[in-house]
Parts: sequence; structure tokens; C-alpha cells
Amino acid sequence: MEDCLAKKMEITVSEAEKRTGRNAMNMQETYTAYLIETRAVESQGEGQCAPMDSLWRRYSEFELLRNYLSVTYPHIVVPPLPEKRADFVWHKLSADNMDPDFVERRRIGLENFLLRVASHPVLCQDKIFYSFLTQEGGWKEMVNETGFQLKADSRLKALNATFRVKNPDKRFTELKHYSDELQSVISHLLRVRARVADRLYGVYKVHGNYGRVFSEWSAIEKEMGDGLQSAGHHMDVYAASIDDILEEEEHYADQLKEYLFYAEALRAVCRKHELMQYDLEMAAQDLTSKKQQCEELATGTVRTFSLKGMTSKLFGQETPEQREAKIKALEEQIQEGEEQLKSKNLEGRDFVKSAWADIERFKEQKNHDLKEALISYAVMQISMCKKGIQVWTNAKECFSKM
Amino acid sequence: DTSLAEVNSFSPSMPISPSSMINQYKFEDEPELRDLFITVDDPESHITAIETFITYRVVTKTSRGEFDSSEYEVRRRYQDFLWLKSKLEEAHPTLIIPPLPEKFIMKGMVERFNDEFIETRRKALHKFLNRIADHPTLTFNEDFKIFLTAQAWELSSHKKQGPGLLSRMGQTVRAVASSVRGGVKNRPEMFTEMNEYMETFSQKINVLDKIAHRIYKEEREYFSEMKEYGPIHTLWSASEEDIADSLKGVASCIDKCCKATEKRMAGLSENLLPILHEYVLYSEILMGVLKRRDQIQGELDSRIDTLANKKTEQDLFSEEIGKLEDKVECANNALKADWDRWKQNMQYDMRSTFTNMAENNLRYYEE
Repeated sequence: MEDCLAKKMEITVSEAEKRTGRNAMNMQETYTAYLIETRAVESQGEGQCAPMDSLWRRYSEFELLRNYLSVTYPHIVVPPLPEKRADFVWHKLSADNMDPDFVERRRIGLENFLLRVASHPVLCQDKIFYSFLTQEGGWKEMVNETGFQLKADSRLKALNATFRVKNPDKRFTELKHYSDELQSVISHLLRVRARVADRLYGVYKVHGNYGRVFSEWSAIEKEMGDGLQSAGHHMDVYAASIDDILEEEEHYADQLKEYLFYAEALRAVCRKHELMQYDLEMAAQDLTSKKQQCEELATGTVRTFSLKGMTSKLFGQETPEQREAKIKALEEQIQEGEEQLKSKNLEGRDFVKSAWADIERFKEQKNHDLKEALISYAVMQISMCKKGIQVWTNAKECFSKM
Repeated sequence: DTSLAEVNSFSPSMPISPSSMINQYKFEDEPELRDLFITVDDPESHITAIETFITYRVVTKTSRGEFDSSEYEVRRRYQDFLWLKSKLEEAHPTLIIPPLPEKFIMKGMVERFNDEFIETRRKALHKFLNRIADHPTLTFNEDFKIFLTAQAWELSSHKKQGPGLLSRMGQTVRAVASSVRGGVKNRPEMFTEMNEYMETFSQKINVLDKIAHRIYKEEREYFSEMKEYGPIHTLWSASEEDIADSLKGVASCIDKCCKATEKRMAGLSENLLPILHEYVLYSEILMGVLKRRDQIQGELDSRIDTLANKKTEQDLFSEEIGKLEDKVECANNALKADWDRWKQNMQYDMRSTFTNMAENNLRYYEE
């Protein structure tokens, strides 16, 4: 990771701004632009900071960048973008894309994305990525000029390959199952977590009503009044505390979401493998059938039924010259085919090797990140309980003085 | 000299009866000197041709002389408790008779006899009898004694004595009529204050009751979501290697949280909810007691009014007036004493129940 971009450059997505403009159909639209700031890191920093470069990008440009990376590096598990629309919301969270909390969490997610790419040993060296960070104007044109869209595999082709491939590498099949399981379990978890958050919010907030009633009640009491009043105050504190607690939990949810989307990236790599493998199998099959045809023509035996063979039998054989020509053509094709097959095989093996290397790297990253996320979740829960203990200890004291 | 003056005026005074004072000390400040212990348990259902009903076992242990034996065991049904309450109200219109659990519960009750309902009722009936036993005056009531000791057939025949339904209805009608008329204009300041207090208290306690129920409901829903939450982590751990243990750890912690939540909910339903409910009922009872006091005063006032127009017959009526004055005086004093007692109890109950709730929550968070 020595020449990782992340080590040489400080990257932050520091601000988000609402903008209005005209879209491709000349209709007015509102969108959010994000400020990317970069600064070269001095290897012997002595308080002398290099100047900060900055430019604005919107979400669609991030998407373009990611698409480019996915197509150009199909053997890499490309880091995912934060969600386009707010998902897994519980009732207090807004599903509105313009909501400031959502924008803020997205800003963090985008920064995280850039940092992940910048710390990836392969991706960080990409020129398009570098210009994304540094070149304001003309970046879109630059990306389109790479013609990456042409290299993209059609979805239909990929689906076809998934169903028809005969001999994919077992590891990729397992990985595919794993990524499906991961996707399903994380989305289930996020859904239930949102519901749990909702309920917890309800429990805390209703306690706030105690505060109001205690205060009103204390007005008519003589001896109990003070105790009630101060207990009521603690109930208010309790009810208010849930807001911060749940906000912190949202960060945890975002960490899980990242890996939910990573599962999709894993699937993409598996799909690519299946596609390449299928391609290979088809090419090998094609070659075998051409060889067979050649043999049949040469020896005159018909081993397999073919319409051509039947018609030539019925309507008369071809001349020897015609046959020779055919054989010649086939032999050329066969030679071409063998070369292609060889290179495809090589390609396939290279792909498997480099993909698997990145997958191992990803696995380590995933295990590390998820463990940390779980730990931080546990820490959050402990802190929530500590706050609860504090509030209820205070309340208990007030009650006992009633 | 001051005591003489107080007897003849309408101003509030200290509780007259020395015995009631002694009883106050005996039962509240030194509970070890209690000599009457009552439990209500063992609900049993009885099916006859006409109806199905539940009886509860009422066990009494006592060292009092006026009881023939030191232990009694009888079976009583809800109707019997209703009878006891109305007898007590009749005998002591301005004392605060403890509340009985309601006849029916409106919302969502399909079966009158589901276990939860029966248990809640049993606990409330137990409380009812014990509150009576603790009351300095009510504890010596004759009907109370009969309730605790008589066999079923004895009780039925005793019930048949005393003013019948019609006369009781007549009393109610008269009471309503007189309450419309008066008792308010000459009401001593103290009782006006009590009325105002009760109005606000009643409002607040009702809201508290609703809040507590709402919290219980939210906790129950939280609990049911949490039950689903834990197992997802276990499921996930099955696909993982490195982080499988961490995930299983989280799953087991979530399960522990579930158990703690269950305990918290149980604490609410066993302690806070019944007490709040009892005081909701109490607030209705107290309003009723204050009204009855007003009625008694109203009788006196209207008598005095009519008398004012018939100066010649003053002597004849003076005895009657005197009796009424005494009645009002007693009623006022009884109520005042009982009120103070009730307030103290209420404070104690509220303090302990809310402290208990706080402790419950503490335990929950500690776990």
C-alpha cells in the first residue's frame, strides 16, 4: 500500500450545498452539490500545509465514476456508493432526499467512498479517478471518451451466462451464495433495527409526558410537590436523550448498509467470471463442432445429422473443389479459434487469479470493519444504559423525597 | 373553652374521638401491632343452571377478642364484595371507603373469565379488604366482621335484613335532590379546598394512568421487535467465519435485553399500573364523599332556612337542628381525619410505587 493515493493526499468531502439548475431536458431541478477538498500530504510535515484544492461534484458524477471503475476493473470489488434514496427509515427519519440529516449522512458516505477508492492498491492509480478529484471542468467528457460504456456487458448477456455456464470455478459459486446470503441477512437486520428504533423512540418519548403531568400535579401538592417537580425534570431529560442515541445508531446502520451494497459488488465480480467462463465454454464448443465438421467433410462420413448433409445427399454431392474450399476455410477458422481459445483461457485464469486476490483483500477488510462496527454498536448500547442508570438514579432520589 | 366554641360552630376541629386517634397510631405508626390479617386467593369457577361465577377464598387470622375464633376461611364472590362496600358507605357516608375493582373492563374484553382478568381482580379485592382492615374506624364495622366470618348461607340471610333495594333507591333519589340544592354555600373553606384539589388530582391521576398504560404498550411492542432482532444475528453468523463469534455474542446480548425488558414490563404491571388505577378509582370515591358531606350539610342548611321563617316553632326544631349540627360536625371531622389519612397513604403509595418503578428501570439498565 506504499504508493496508495490515500497516503499521499488528504481527501475530504467537506460541504454540501443545495443548487438549482437545468437538466438535460431543460427543466428546472434542485440537486445537492458536494465540495471535494484535496491537499497533498507533506512527507515531512512541519506545520507547512500545502494549499487546499477544491471542486464541486454532484451525486450523478460519483455514479459515473463508479460505473467507469466497475467496467474498467471487473475483477475488483469496487466500493459502493451511499444509497441514492433514503431506505430503511423509521418514522422520525425523513425519506426526503433534501432532508439535511440525510444530506449530511450522504456527505460522509461519499467521503468514505473516495477514501476507499484512494486506499485501494489498484484503483487509486487510475487517472480518471485522479482527475475526478482534481479537475473541475471537462471531466465528464474525459470519462466518456474512454468509451467504457461500450465495454460494459449487457445485463441480458450476463443473466444468460449465469444460467447456462457449466463449469464455473467452485469458489465463485460459493462466493455468489455468500453474497446473496449477506445481502438478505443485512437487509433483514436493517429493517428490524429500524422497527426497534421506532419502538424505543416511543418508549422514551412517552416518558416525557410524565414530566408535564408531574409538574402540573406538583402545583397542588404541598409535601410531594418538590419531589414530583424535580422527578418530572428527569423524565424530560430521559425523553430527550433518545434523539442523540438514535442518531449515533444511524451511523452504525450506515456502516452495515455499506456492506449490504458491497454484496452487490461481489456479485458483479462473480457475474463477470461466469460470463467469461461461459464465453470460454461457448468458444470451446464452437471449436469442437468446427473440427468435427472439418473431419466429416474430409472423410466423407456423416457422424452427426445436419441439414446440409441431408440436402447434399438428396440433391447431389458437391464438387471436390467446393469441398476443398470449405475445408480450407474451416481450417483457417479452426486455427483462429484455437488461438482465441488459448487467449481466452489465459484471460480467464488471470481474471480468476487477480479477482481472487482482491476478494481475499476484501474479506479481510470486511471482517475488520464489521467487527469494529459491532463493537461500536455494543459501546453505544452500554452508553445508552449508563445514561439510563443516571437518569433513573436521579429520579429515584426525587421520588423517595416525595 | 375553645373546644366548646368549636362544637357549636361550623369550623373544622381536631378529630373528637380519642379512640379513633389511638387506632390511628396503632395501625399506621406501628404496623406490628396489627391484629387482623386477611388474604384473598384461590379463585374457583362455579357453574350453575342460571349462571357462571367465580368465588375467591378469603382467609382471616386475628387475635381480637370480638372474634369467636382466631382463623376463618370463607368463599366470597364479587357480589358479596359489592354488598360489603355499599353497607360501609351507608354506615359511614363521609368516610373514604376503598375502591373495588370494576365490574367490567370496557376495552377488548371478550371473556369475562380470562386468567389475567381474574388475577388482577383478585389482587384488587385483596387490597380492598386490607385497606378496610387498616382503617381505624371501618375495621370495627359489624358487616365487615360478618363478611369475613360468616358461612355462605349465614351471609345470604344477613344480607336480606336491613333496608331493601327500594328504600336504598329512595335514599339515592333524596341524596341527588339535596345535592342539587345545597351544601355549597355554607361549605367551610377547608372542604372547598379539598374539592378543588380533588378536581385537579383526579385529572392528573387519570392522565398518569393513561401514560403508564401507553408506556406499557410501547414496551410490549419494543419487546416483540427485539425478539426478532436477536435471531437475525445468529442466522448471519452461520454464513461467516471470522466474525461468527462476534455476531453470536451480539445475538445473546440482545436476548438478555429481551429478558430484562420482560422484567421491566412485569414490574410495571404488578406495581405501578394497579396503584395508579386504584387511585383513579379513589379520586371518584373522594368526589363522592365530598358530595355526600355537602348533602348532609345541605340538609342542615335547608332546615335552618325553613326554621328562619318559622320563628315560633324554634324550640321544637332546635333539638332537630342540634342533632343535624352534630351530624354535620361528625361528618366533617370524620372526613377531615380520613382525608389526612388518605393523603398520607397516597403520598406513601405514590412514593413507593414511583421509587419502585425507578428501581425497576435501574435494574433493567444494569442488566
